[in-house]
Amino acid sequence: MQRIGVFVCWCGSNIAGTVDVQAVSDALANEPGVVFSTNYQYMCSQAGQDMIQNAIREHNLTGIVVCSCSPRMHEATFRKTAQGAGINPYMVEIANIREQCSWVHKDMEIGTEKAIILGKAAVAKVNLNAPLTPGESPVTKRALVIGGGIAGIQTALDIADAGFPVDIVETKPTIGGKMAQLDKTFPTLDCAACILTPKMVDVAQHENIRIFSYSEVTEVNGFVGNFTVKIKKKARFVDETKCTGCGECTEKCPMKKVPNEFNLGMDNRRAIYIPFAQAVPKVATIDADHCNMLKNGKCGLCAKVCAAGAIDYTQKDEIIEEKYGAIVAATGFNPISMDKFDEYAYNQSKDVITSLEFERLTNAAGPSAGKLVRPSDGKHPHTIVFVQCVGSRCAACAEKGKEYCSKICCMYTAKHAMLTRDKYPDTEVYVFYIDVRTPGKSFDEFYRRAVEEYGVHYIKGMVGKVAPQGDKLKVQASDLLANKQLHIDADLVVLAAAIEPDQSARPLATMLTASMDTNDFFTEAHPKLRPVESPTAGVFLSGACQGPKDIPETVSQAGAAAAKVIGLLAKDKLKGNPCIASSNELMCNGCSSCERVCPYGAITYVDKEFRMPDRTTKIRRVASVNEAVCQGCGACTVACPSGAMDLRGFANKQIMAEVDAICK
Amino acid sequence: MNNHVKHLQDEIIRSSGVNPKKCMRCGKCTATCPAFDEMEYHPHQFVNMVETGDIEPLLQSESLYQCLSCFACIDRCPRGVEPAKLVEAVRLQVIRKQGANHMTANDVPDKLNEDLPQQAIVSAFRKYTK
Amino acid sequence: MQINGEYKPLIVAFCCNWCSYAGADLAGNNRLNYPDNVKIIKVPCSCRVNPMFILRAFQRGADGVILCGCHPGDCHYTSGNYFTRRRMSLLFSMLNFLGIEKERTRVEWVSAAEGAKFAATMNEFTETVAALGENKRLEDLRCKR
Repeated sequence: MQRIGVFVCWCGSNIAGTVDVQAVSDALANEPGVVFSTNYQYMCSQAGQDMIQNAIREHNLTGIVVCSCSPRMHEATFRKTAQGAGINPYMVEIANIREQCSWVHKDMEIGTEKAIILGKAAVAKVNLNAPLTPGESPVTKRALVIGGGIAGIQTALDIADAGFPVDIVETKPTIGGKMAQLDKTFPTLDCAACILTPKMVDVAQHENIRIFSYSEVTEVNGFVGNFTVKIKKKARFVDETKCTGCGECTEKCPMKKVPNEFNLGMDNRRAIYIPFAQAVPKVATIDADHCNMLKNGKCGLCAKVCAAGAIDYTQKDEIIEEKYGAIVAATGFNPISMDKFDEYAYNQSKDVITSLEFERLTNAAGPSAGKLVRPSDGKHPHTIVFVQCVGSRCAACAEKGKEYCSKICCMYTAKHAMLTRDKYPDTEVYVFYIDVRTPGKSFDEFYRRAVEEYGVHYIKGMVGKVAPQGDKLKVQASDLLANKQLHIDADLVVLAAAIEPDQSARPLATMLTASMDTNDFFTEAHPKLRPVESPTAGVFLSGACQGPKDIPETVSQAGAAAAKVIGLLAKDKLKGNPCIASSNELMCNGCSSCERVCPYGAITYVDKEFRMPDRTTKIRRVASVNEAVCQGCGACTVACPSGAMDLRGFANKQIMAEVDAICK
Repeated sequence: MNNHVKHLQDEIIRSSGVNPKKCMRCGKCTATCPAFDEMEYHPHQFVNMVETGDIEPLLQSESLYQCLSCFACIDRCPRGVEPAKLVEAVRLQVIRKQGANHMTANDVPDKLNEDLPQQAIVSAFRKYTK
Repeated sequence: MQINGEYKPLIVAFCCNWCSYAGADLAGNNRLNYPDNVKIIKVPCSCRVNPMFILRAFQRGADGVILCGCHPGDCHYTSGNYFTRRRMSLLFSMLNFLGIEKERTRVEWVSAAEGAKFAATMNEFTETVAALGENKRLEDLRCKR
């Protein structure tokens, strides 16, 4: 028989406001097995934890029920407390009377009644709990970073600096991501390339970092500390070890009209190309969709000019399998498509561009060599209209925009407006905004400078319509403060497009079994307290794949994710989850049902010798669970026809006891 | 807000099915509106005035009849507020308040002029004596 | 179930640890009310729910049982909720055959981000079960006090 202690938490007034905590602790005191019951203002505080430990010692408790907040919040805390006083941490059960009771019910009587029932269920469960000891598994001391933007780069560098090998997988031919496409960065206006490319070189030269560029993750198996990942290295038809990045081939290739994705299609590249001068790895890549040689075997010019002999038209996709201890998702973002926003005439006029296109237009390495010109006729624009929140904060229709604020647009638009006025003082710049959101160090000062020192016209209102007319863009907009409708003849319209997670994030989340929110951003383990960890152990989040972020925030989150990874890889062994399946060999009839449903292949069958009642021995085939591999989902326990398979910590008897307690 | 206005507001919100609280005051409706120059109160003001209960001026306003019902504001509103439906609901309030929205037979003689066909005069009397 | 001579539906909700239990927590965090008739039991995965548990709940006087798991494709254990979907469609049709109306049983996918959906589902399910009245078909009278 257990000796159970019940501890009811007030959580200040969070619980005590709608639950009569005294009544709960009194009612639970009469439950079978309960020898001690009390309540306290904050159970999770030091005083509360001391109270639990003292009670354990004083009353020789063997089991603990804490009626408090969600186990997702403090289960670990109370388990540690119990362990500190010498009882097995898995003898602790939490009755969730805050999130699932006091916060959702308003009536004291109802709240108290439900809290008592939830407490009873927990007591009933603890009565059947058994001490559990987690198994240990070794840790593969290597990390995988998926995505080679600034988030992935920073995470990889930090992990590598701590002495652990890191692999970066990047789908593009080069690392660098979106930041490599930017011109200047707010709020200090450093040139993006000047601060990013040294980091890219660091990555390339770091002895602990390997880069798999032009590659993607195709399969993830295993669990924290022991992931096995398949990486597909797409054929680039150039031998990376031989290519010197001289660029000779990219100048000789006769296929000149391939839209250059790095410049967002505003100019052309060849079929064999290096995305930009500072690319890492600086290796040419052949675009198989456009290469004449690969399509119909006619050309081969690049192979002829390549002094290093690096061109290999026969290269095939290659699958690499590698083991990792931790995985960091850093898949980043993309601007949303502007196709659905007919009112802004994005598809009708070349002079309506997105902000990322504007970045390329002003970038010295961009299609216009840094001269701000209209994409249509190469003329200098004299009136530029910036439109904010295009697709952000758009709750009306999901296929058009995004409900959330994209966070970075206010600042980069202020930057664009300021830089334009700085370089071309003859240009009139209008910014149409709904709200200007500038939380961040030196952010609001930056925006105010754009208005006060650079004379950017900030207008509270929205653009309703952009109509190309002649070589002008007729912009119809509202000025809410003046209560006017404005008609502006603009030369260039720049749309601050909302950002969305990269399309590769969703399939990746499925592979990693990491959860996502409705917008396809990765969910964090706890929104405030564990923001860089996924709920899936061993999977970490870095950068905009978790939510819209600017560069400073991305870098700090990347560092935080790296710290978490280092903390994990620094361990030699990991304590596993002891709540795993186990088979009662005497009841097992060797039917293999469990083996077939196990998603991890954790169940094998072994031949075992059993003593029979008549003192003979018999060899029978029985299920055996590999404790290091089992993750404790419980699929096998239901499949087992003889009831031999059970889940520790969530045993059939325990859950039945909970059902009984609730239905009493 | 007095009871009468509150009732009006509830009725407008109910009959239009619009929740003016969804408005984030971006002004895209007003930016879009092709009848802007004719209107005294612009679409975003309509939404705001209904929300704050400033409804009397709306009832008096000519703007009610200058809205083209082109629904551009409905199409473009990023929050799905649908200002045109609100204008329509306010318009309905006015028309309903006037009760039967037509003249009596006694009003007819004042309106007569030379150009009116005989048939129109007869049918006007027939219609408004009912 | 009768409480003080009055019918008050009792609903047992099995929630998977990774999505739905977190979704229920989120409903709490956002103070989204749902009826107190709903009592939640945490399981590691919806596929841990043995049909036996559901039968037991009905036997002991539950009026409705709802099973919440991660959305298809999002299961923390890769494929657990697919098992749930198949097993429960079999179980529920058998229960229906026995006279437990199919409205009393439900499988719902609730993600960790869907607190509002959790509350809405519970409100609606409780209403449905309340309309059906007491579960008498499987109730084991020996369990009555």
